[in-house]
Amino acid sequence: MKSSIIKLENIKVSFNNEVILENLNLNIKEGEFVTLLGPSGCGKTTTLRIIAGFLNPDEGNIFFKDKKINNVPAHKREVNTIFQKYALFPHLNVYENVAFGMRIQKKPESEIKAKVTEILKMVNLVSYIDRDVNSLSGGQQQRIAIARALANNPKVLLLDEPLGALDLKLRKDMQSELKSIHQKTGITFVLVTHDQEEALSMSDTVVVMDKGSIQQIGSPEDIYNEPKNAFVADFIGESNVISGIMIDDFKVSFCGKEFSCLDKGFEKMSIVDVVIRPEDIKVVTPEQGDISGVITSVVFKGVHNEIIIDVNGFKWMIQTTEMQKENDKIGLLIYPDAIHIMKPSPYSSKIGDYSAFSDEFYNEQHKN
Amino acid sequence: MKIKLSLVPYIIWMLIFVIIPVILIIYFSFTDINKSLSFDNILEAGKYSQVFLRSIIIGAISTVLCLIIGYPAAYLISKVKLKYQNFLIMLLMIPMWTSFLLRTYAWMTLLEYNGLINKLLVFLGLPRLNMINTPGAIILGMVYNFLPYMILPIYNILVKIDKKIIEAAQDLGANKFKVFTKIIFPLSLPGIISGITMVFVPSVSTFVISKMLGGGSILVIGDLIEMQFLGNNYNPYLGSCISLILMIIIMICMKIMNSLDTQSNYTEKRTKK
Ligand SMILES: Nc1ncnc2c1ncn2[C@@H]1O[C@H](COP(=O)(O)OP(=O)(O)OP(=O)(O)O)[C@@H](O)[C@H]1O
Ligand SMILES: [Mg+2]
Repeated sequence: MKSSIIKLENIKVSFNNEVILENLNLNIKEGEFVTLLGPSGCGKTTTLRIIAGFLNPDEGNIFFKDKKINNVPAHKREVNTIFQKYALFPHLNVYENVAFGMRIQKKPESEIKAKVTEILKMVNLVSYIDRDVNSLSGGQQQRIAIARALANNPKVLLLDEPLGALDLKLRKDMQSELKSIHQKTGITFVLVTHDQEEALSMSDTVVVMDKGSIQQIGSPEDIYNEPKNAFVADFIGESNVISGIMIDDFKVSFCGKEFSCLDKGFEKMSIVDVVIRPEDIKVVTPEQGDISGVITSVVFKGVHNEIIIDVNGFKWMIQTTEMQKENDKIGLLIYPDAIHIMKPSPYSSKIGDYSAFSDEFYNEQHKN
Repeated sequence: MKIKLSLVPYIIWMLIFVIIPVILIIYFSFTDINKSLSFDNILEAGKYSQVFLRSIIIGAISTVLCLIIGYPAAYLISKVKLKYQNFLIMLLMIPMWTSFLLRTYAWMTLLEYNGLINKLLVFLGLPRLNMINTPGAIILGMVYNFLPYMILPIYNILVKIDKKIIEAAQDLGANKFKVFTKIIFPLSLPGIISGITMVFVPSVSTFVISKMLGGGSILVIGDLIEMQFLGNNYNPYLGSCISLILMIIIMICMKIMNSLDTQSNYTEKRTKK
């Protein structure tokens, strides 16, 4: 069992009387790759700023290896940050940017030089050593920012959407590069992202946040297969979230039909949220299906088609490789292992169907 | 080369108010009273090298004082809350709305032998100070008048420095002092350089301040030029020549400044975003 390196305890932050983070508890273990995942404005950057020491919480404690560090200023914390917008020093060249931390520590020039070269090799930018940082592309600047933080030998590396500005291909490359840097150095990584795929593919632990509080902490598999509430189910991947009634263990009713499932331990005859992933639904003829509806749209996505189906006014999403036509009537077959049951949460009634993808859009459409 | 139509008014303006006068100055500089080509003016102007030197020294001292006072002022203003910043900048600008002459007259009445300050000293039983008509008074007048031109460009640069860059430096272990010496100061160099230029140029060439607070006893270039055009020894040829030399000196100074500036030029572009 690895020991804790960063611990946040009952953190509360508010700006101008508006609560931004509330009752935040997080325990990060040494060497772990943790991802904070959540929609824009949910408080991810704020959480990182508390760990880095740029922001003092109104309430709560921060521990570094079980030592309280609330009052330790940022420049004395053994934590380095890769900022959302790089924040390279524009008056210094690549070499001096990477060397900055070591210069502050008054390391000898020979050591600095060796380290800078080593780290630039790691991020594939040695040939850029004398370049003016303003002349680099976004991706290169990003890698310099990573190199600059790594050169300081941090115990914990905080990465605030480090790949946000990169195109898809470079993003993938950088993801595996970061992953291998993590494995090589053994540094604890705390990554912020709003890209769920990135979170699932890179981390040991995913922390899903919304509106300033943590919704779920778990391994990528747990988060995906066993979301705790409608928000997590909706945010991680695509999912159909339907309100249902738990009739008995292994028995749930929704859409006017009874289904068998693998979940148990819920109160009998209680209201629950039922999650069904679009890729787990089988398309059949209307007669064969558990439920049936009319296709309202078919979108080609490359690997599969994304189909929206209107089942008595509720829009379901299905991902299938089969060809389907709009306005056709089809049946949906749902097997027990496709069903995941969750306790209702404040999100239950708010997470809509697939009339729209984002909440803003949905709320706008359903006004009045 | 095609010239855009919208540029025409500016080109005409430049022609009438900059190019033609400069050409005239150059022409007069190399002309003697008999309107024939000569280099006598340059030799004549050379006799006033003491005056040139004195002007440059007084200008330089004023500029340095403005920088020493202005930088911390700009820094402090950039640190307070935004609404106070606007208020402080207002305070700085308000005196500039009254005439420059009037403000210098005010200093005369303060510094005079029978002025307010000396009256106060006498009232307190202290000996009177001899303040007016000294180089010190001239420098005081210049610092007072030109200080805003130092503060404003530095302040403008300082407020534009990205907070994230400062946080990045702290993150890498820099304390407040290191953040200042390694980040804030180097990034504010373009502001310092334009501040120096904006103070040094008028300081070297002014004549009103030296005349009013120096009582005419301390001759600077500005006075010298004025004398050639308005005084008894009317000699616009020599006046033009001295002006030309002054212009060249200032251009050399600006060139030196700009060469320092180009080193930090990209910085400015970056922080302006
Ligand atoms: N200094 C501040 N003053 C006032 N409000 C702030 C401040 N910093 C952050 N906030 C607010 O706190 C909330 C959370 O901000 P934060 O930057 O942590 O979001 P985020 O999760 O990082 O979002 P994004 O993914 O867009 O970067 C936002 O509503 C933001 O407006
Ligand atoms: Mg953020």
